Amino acid sequence: MNSSSSARSATRTVAVHATRLAVILLLGGFLGATLVRVAPGFGTDESDLDSRLSQQSMQALRQSRSSQDSLAGFYVRYLGRLLHGDLGTSRTLQQPVTQLLKDRLPETLKSVGLGLALAWTLGLTLALASVMSRSWFVDLFGSLLAGVLLCVPAAVMAILFVIAQAPARLVLGLIVFPKIFRYARNLLARTAAMPHVLTARAKGLGGTRVLLWHVLPVAAPQLLALAGVSVSVAFAAAIPVEALCDLPGIGQLAWKAALGRDLELLVNLTMVVTAVTLVANSASDLLGNSARAGAV
Amino acid sequence: MKVARITALAFLVVVSAACLFADFVAPAPYARQFRDVPDAAPSHQHLLGTDSLGRDRFSRVLYGTRVSLLLAPAAALLASILAALIGGTAGFVGGWLERCVMAATDLFLSLPWLFLLITVRALLPLNTAPFTSVLITFALLGCLGWAAAARVICADARTFCQSDFILRARASGSGGFRLLWRHIVPNLKPVLYAQFWIAVPVFILAEANLGALGLGVAEPLPSWGSLLRELESFSPLSSQPWQFVPLVLLIAVVSCFHLAMKKQELSV
Repeated sequence: MNSSSSARSATRTVAVHATRLAVILLLGGFLGATLVRVAPGFGTDESDLDSRLSQQSMQALRQSRSSQDSLAGFYVRYLGRLLHGDLGTSRTLQQPVTQLLKDRLPETLKSVGLGLALAWTLGLTLALASVMSRSWFVDLFGSLLAGVLLCVPAAVMAILFVIAQAPARLVLGLIVFPKIFRYARNLLARTAAMPHVLTARAKGLGGTRVLLWHVLPVAAPQLLALAGVSVSVAFAAAIPVEALCDLPGIGQLAWKAALGRDLELLVNLTMVVTAVTLVANSASDLLGNSARAGAV
Repeated sequence: MKVARITALAFLVVVSAACLFADFVAPAPYARQFRDVPDAAPSHQHLLGTDSLGRDRFSRVLYGTRVSLLLAPAAALLASILAALIGGTAGFVGGWLERCVMAATDLFLSLPWLFLLITVRALLPLNTAPFTSVLITFALLGCLGWAAAARVICADARTFCQSDFILRARASGSGGFRLLWRHIVPNLKPVLYAQFWIAVPVFILAEANLGALGLGVAEPLPSWGSLLRELESFSPLSSQPWQFVPLVLLIAVVSCFHLAMKKQELSV
């Protein structure tokens, strides 16, 4: 009975997350379509500059375009295309957006994955060392490093890596690290000061046992929530890093699209990144819920 | 900690004063070119040397800092006002309005910040006059940066609405607007201040990112973003370490904003 009710509850939670994801993407799609539709220059065509066409022909062409592109009609066609996997064609690069994404997304995923791995390894290790060793030196070192990195814009960090000829993929790790370190250190310090942890210490339990059995299980749900947020931070930082370090990912593509005012490409990229971050957030939420249930 | 806060505030005051009086402090206008000395080393005439176009770098740092230091707080103020209006009203009214506002903030917060920023920035004209580009950049930051603060303010307003002193005020006949203006808004002030302080360094860094990508303030008007963009042409062989002065100043100012915030403000 218990297992069936918990399974039902888990299914309901997954369904709620999936619905939320779909609604946010639908709203984001509408917002994106509106941006494309109201942007200055929408509906203009190279034929407008064709001197061989008469005034009447141009007028007729413009009229046919404007009748096709009422806002509601635009939404419906946009969604219809979206459902068929057609994200349109990039105006500046003259290539289907789907193809561009297929080519560039793996590169960004690789950079983001490596950056997150570095950030979490460094951030969590320093936070654990700071809280468990209670050494002021470790805490000061971590805080200073995180404080300085927090004050450097992602773009500048990318430029510095280019100057130093260091591996560009590591930049993302250094951008995400301070957020992870600060949050994890505060969370672990709060958890380590809880009465049950103090009792465990007083009863003579070793540091590793206290950490593994009494601190981490309590902090796990919030650390998992942080994992979801860190994905979003890493994707956002990918734009300046890929643009300035010449990494051929979707961040660089977004930058090129912005400079060329290629809104259709830009909006689709934003939607894809939003979907990825939402899935990451939902997954971390679900894992956090199950960790919380396990801890209880 | 108190000493650190006071030092940080003093540093911010000194930098702000130097920038506000840049017209008197700067040795040359930010756009004036000394064409016979491009890429010059620091000297009595040019304290931080000149850039590749022969413009005095010290003057450009002062004017650039003024643009960022005046307009980032202005953008933060705009974001805080929007957050107070949207979040405060939603928390006070509750019901379907609160649910709609929370859904809107969810949507805003789901979109990665920099992607959203450059998407909306690209929607607006890129080739504009320098002053217009400044306004566009910072207005955009203010208009898009309200969501997280609105969420916090909405939650706080809801808590106040359910508290005893509001119940007593209602019982003594206080109506909707009076309740909001006399009892809820004054209690929301600390949260609003905290959100404002948190937003300023975020917006300074966002402008620097946009500027470094060429999507921020337009030349010849300097800002931290455009000044930092010069680092792209830095070469270890040319050995011009004074090119890093804007970066050092940016790190110092943003650190001071972090230090100047009270611990309880950071935890809001």
